[in-house]
Amino acid sequence: MSEFPWLTVLWAVPMVGAVVTAFVPKARGEVLPKQVALAFSVLTLAVGVAIAAQFDAGDGMQLTETHDWISAFGVHYALGVDGLGLLLILLTVVLVPIVFVASWHEADGRHPAAFFAWALALEAFALAVFAATDVFLFYVVFEATLIPAYFLIGRFGREGRAYAALKFLMYQLGGGLVLLAAVIGLYVVSADAGTPSYLLSDLQNLDMSTTWERWLFVGFMIAFAVKAPLFPLHTWLADTTEKATPGTSVLLVCILDKIGTFGMLRFCLGLFPEASQWATPVVVTLALISIVYGAFLAIGQDDILRLIGLTSLSHFGFITLGIFALTTQGGSGSILYMVNHGVGTAALFLIAGYLIRRKGTSLISQITGVESRAPVLAGLFLVAGLATLGLPGLSQFVSEIMVMIAAFDYHWWVGAVAVTGIVLAAVYVLWLYERTMTGPPVPGDEALVDLNRRELVAVVPLVAALLLFGFWPMPMLDAANPTVDSLLQHVGVTDDEPMVPAEPGLDFHEEGH
Amino acid sequence: MYALHGGESIPVVDPTAADGVFSLLWLVIALPLAGAAILLVGGRYTDKWGHLLGTLLPIGSFVLSLIMFVTVLGRDESDRQVMQHLYTWIEAGHLNVGMDLLYDPLSALFLLLITGVGSLIHIYSIGYMAHDPRRRRFFGYLNLFVAAMLMLVLSENYLGLFLGWEGVGLASYLLIGFWQHKPSAAAAAKKAFVINRVGDMGLSLAIMMFFVLFGSTSFSVISAAAGNASETQMTILGLLLLLGACGKSAQFPLQAWLLDAMEGPTPVSALIHAATMVTAGVYLVVRSNFVFELAPDAQTVVVVVAVISLLWGAWIGCAKDDIKKALAGSTMSQIGYMMLGAGLGVAGYAFAIFHLLTHGFFKANLFLGAGSVMHGMNDDVDMRHYGALRKAMPVTFLTFAMGYLAIIGFPGFSGFWSKDKIIEVALTQSPVVGILALLGAGITGFYMTRMMLMTFFTEKRWEKGVHPHESPAVMTGPLVVLAALSVLGGVMLAGNWIVGFLEPVTGVAEHEDPPIPVLAVSALTVAVVAVGVALAWFLVGKREVPRTAPQDVSFVTRAGREEVYGNKINDTLVVNPSRRLTAALLVTDRRVVDGVLTGGPVAIGAIASVARRAQNGFVRSYALSLLGGVLIVVLALLAVNLA
Amino acid sequence: MNITAYVVLSGILFTIGCVGVLTRRNAIVVFMCVELMLNATNLALVAFAKQHGNLDGQIAAFFVMVVAAAEVVVGLAIIMTIFRTRRSASVDDASLLKY
Repeated sequence: MSEFPWLTVLWAVPMVGAVVTAFVPKARGEVLPKQVALAFSVLTLAVGVAIAAQFDAGDGMQLTETHDWISAFGVHYALGVDGLGLLLILLTVVLVPIVFVASWHEADGRHPAAFFAWALALEAFALAVFAATDVFLFYVVFEATLIPAYFLIGRFGREGRAYAALKFLMYQLGGGLVLLAAVIGLYVVSADAGTPSYLLSDLQNLDMSTTWERWLFVGFMIAFAVKAPLFPLHTWLADTTEKATPGTSVLLVCILDKIGTFGMLRFCLGLFPEASQWATPVVVTLALISIVYGAFLAIGQDDILRLIGLTSLSHFGFITLGIFALTTQGGSGSILYMVNHGVGTAALFLIAGYLIRRKGTSLISQITGVESRAPVLAGLFLVAGLATLGLPGLSQFVSEIMVMIAAFDYHWWVGAVAVTGIVLAAVYVLWLYERTMTGPPVPGDEALVDLNRRELVAVVPLVAALLLFGFWPMPMLDAANPTVDSLLQHVGVTDDEPMVPAEPGLDFHEEGH
Repeated sequence: MYALHGGESIPVVDPTAADGVFSLLWLVIALPLAGAAILLVGGRYTDKWGHLLGTLLPIGSFVLSLIMFVTVLGRDESDRQVMQHLYTWIEAGHLNVGMDLLYDPLSALFLLLITGVGSLIHIYSIGYMAHDPRRRRFFGYLNLFVAAMLMLVLSENYLGLFLGWEGVGLASYLLIGFWQHKPSAAAAAKKAFVINRVGDMGLSLAIMMFFVLFGSTSFSVISAAAGNASETQMTILGLLLLLGACGKSAQFPLQAWLLDAMEGPTPVSALIHAATMVTAGVYLVVRSNFVFELAPDAQTVVVVVAVISLLWGAWIGCAKDDIKKALAGSTMSQIGYMMLGAGLGVAGYAFAIFHLLTHGFFKANLFLGAGSVMHGMNDDVDMRHYGALRKAMPVTFLTFAMGYLAIIGFPGFSGFWSKDKIIEVALTQSPVVGILALLGAGITGFYMTRMMLMTFFTEKRWEKGVHPHESPAVMTGPLVVLAALSVLGGVMLAGNWIVGFLEPVTGVAEHEDPPIPVLAVSALTVAVVAVGVALAWFLVGKREVPRTAPQDVSFVTRAGREEVYGNKINDTLVVNPSRRLTAALLVTDRRVVDGVLTGGPVAIGAIASVARRAQNGFVRSYALSLLGGVLIVVLALLAVNLA
Repeated sequence: MNITAYVVLSGILFTIGCVGVLTRRNAIVVFMCVELMLNATNLALVAFAKQHGNLDGQIAAFFVMVVAAAEVVVGLAIIMTIFRTRRSASVDDASLLKY
């Protein structure tokens, strides 16, 4: 069984599912394609769980498959997972069925088969991205994710979705173009050094001149900074989340955007270790700006979905900060952050979606007094919101404090700026809650009923995961730590020792007096 | 075990592994936590018996705490620190944080206070919240609070402490906003949480700095290595911890949330905003004694903050007509005393905790008494509508009177012993601070007497249709117990017991005599308080109390009613500038950041809209331009070939 | 063989055609002028082929003739349709396809 191509199956299942869903005869009604899609997404989840069961945290890249694809360029069809890839794969396979259940009626009357088929296609490409160990293959599936994403935004969103979809596509294509140039550049370097190869394992040992390395790093980094989004390349984010359906936003922000930070870890640090260290001050500064700037923008929003989108800008700032602080805590913290942010933000988006469906508006100024009529909805929204603001006991806190520790370790003022994020987060979350959920019940608002069973089934697992990993994050850390250790070893940095020695030593004793 | 440091000795946290009854330490937290989970997840199904379960579980924790306390008393003094490692919480690189619980004399006292007073308040709430349709949820939140508060005082490292710290903040948020349909309650809840978060920045930064300096957040590691750090590092750490403590304990300059927090149900004000949660800041300072002992400058700042707060709160207490807000001002002031004690160092730690405990008794007693009065007065909180209630509510009156005598420091009552000790230490170390603390005691006498007179004496000023009545036994029972504790709490000082008991945590103080004899200090305190009481008697008791607050009052009263302009200061310095910044950033994002990036496509569009005019639809003009193009190409070729 | 005369004649014919396309409004006339230009090039092609003594130019001329024939079929059909719908064969009237 060790030869079984688990990873190919992993992305092939949703891909086949997408095709099958798309070609279910229309005469069979709107429900059948949804059921087919859900079945395929659950099957994918099962494959994902099977992969996790075989995974051995300390064993580097596993379940690898390598086949020649375009030998002239050294392109391979190569897949593999390490702790980083595994966690993101699991996030993806868990979120997609949840999105399906939550968005069951989202596309009714607008050709739901297409919505579910595109979503499955997106899942397939995203899984391939997280499993790819060949840079060219990565690039191809990286760009391919844009096709389903474009249609999901452009066909199923709200008024103004066409503009949002176009803006999304232009930004992503722009970033992709820069990435393409860098990928070609990588070929040139690789061919100069001997036989060209796009395999990660070959490229990691490549000797390249400092100039080349820096240019290529910048190329990769710009593409990932558009994806993840990092200030100042973030303005597509709020427009997209505002216009897309909440389900689409979950797929985009919670899964697809992770490709950006995933790429920073795997490719920027993995392929260009010295350039990564060289660029750290700039990236850290941008990350800090993202944290504070995103939070302030979120505070000022009057649209729930836009607000949630902008909170993600702040969170991606934290993730990037953790990655480029270049310590074990920062790296593991940011990997954890990717997963936790995915879970927490998905819960926020989906519950906000439920609310918007009931109220018919997403404007905060027009929603009030929800708690009195729908306490379960309000309660779950509050828990997800508290996770977003980094309340200890919920999973995002663990990752946030790890990132902030790393930031403080990097430089004390970086930690001091990042920590303002926790106050601003409290303001945007609790002010949102105060304005929408509290207050006397609005008369004549009988349409506002509490969550039904289907809606609960979708969000309760997310909220449960927030609690579970808040108190017991070790399963995820066990997977993330070895990956980060080997990555940092490759970059050539080691964690600082504590500044104060543990044993009482007379040498240091007099220093403070 | 003691770490030597510059002649002084700071106790090192060096616990032994948990055994016997202490292996059940986790259960103390788990019981109320389970209660919270059952009541909040169970929903309507638990409505019938939820309040009973929610009361029984904290009582269970109290019984456990009591057994542990007795056990620890039977142990040798050097063997009174016990640690239980539950599991590894976070691990990455050097960072290794366990879910570790530490039971030592300090947490032992807190455990008894939290579960004991907590249980009494749970019992009281059964009656107080009887008519609230969401009573089950109220008990769920209360249990959550108790669990978080226990986590706060039991954790062996700062990260676990932070878990409890934020947990109590959450419970406080939920309970202040319990009547969330009132916009004022919802706003107060948010305000409390956000201001607390400002303090949490300090605590978070301190945790980061602990890790960077010591590679750990555990008390035992830090206390052992603290002596090797420089004084500057310790001062910064001390100030950061103080910022956290100020937020949670409503000390200057983060005090503005406490008065608004009175929007919550009265048992909440008693438990969270008087007896336990707000004292967490004092706990933090005392627990971090190994930091503050090495940072004299930070200690000075603690003292300054404490003195400002104790006068500030007392000032507010004098001017408010809302009985709960007057008590809240008093809480801020009393916590100022505790902070003062904690800031005075080894000599003061034990007395800070002593005052914290007695305050927990008498302030819970006073708040619950106020709740009982409100219960009988149709939830009216305005003392100007009270008067002559001592006949209508005899039990409430008597218990309230015990609390009153305790807080003003009537000789023999618990507050007398604890406050007197702090003033004595303050006088010993700095006469100015001591005199200011004495002044605070006088003001306490004034505002508490004013409250007592306006509520239970003077003539009736009741609203129409209000028929004051005594509360049911389920509410007066806890009042009686708390009143007894308010009277007798002073026994903890008998033979300096509490000082000796806390020595393994706080260290041994070198004895210093105050500048004037101890008895003289006590006499002086009593005299100052008597002046305050007399002043209130002449200003309030001897005059007619107007039913509406007079407007032609002095600046001092006006400022007091406005909470000494704390909210105005915050608005001017922080809130409004932030609002403007947000608005400016919104415009910047749309115009500048988005403008630059979408500017390219927009420019191309503009050029195209001009250039497309060439497409005029006339075939012959296209043909002409074609010819022109051909000519240019031919000429160019010629030019190249001939050149 | 003197090529000059042929080339000059070809140039004159091309110019006439070119001027016709640019100045005349009637679609049929414009069309005929296009044909004139094509044939002018044919003449040049054949003349050069004769001069060089190979068949390349003549083959090209055949290509042009075949394409021109096909073009006539399509072009005349379009002109017919335009005339039918607009009762005019003026190329300036058919100017709807613009910005």
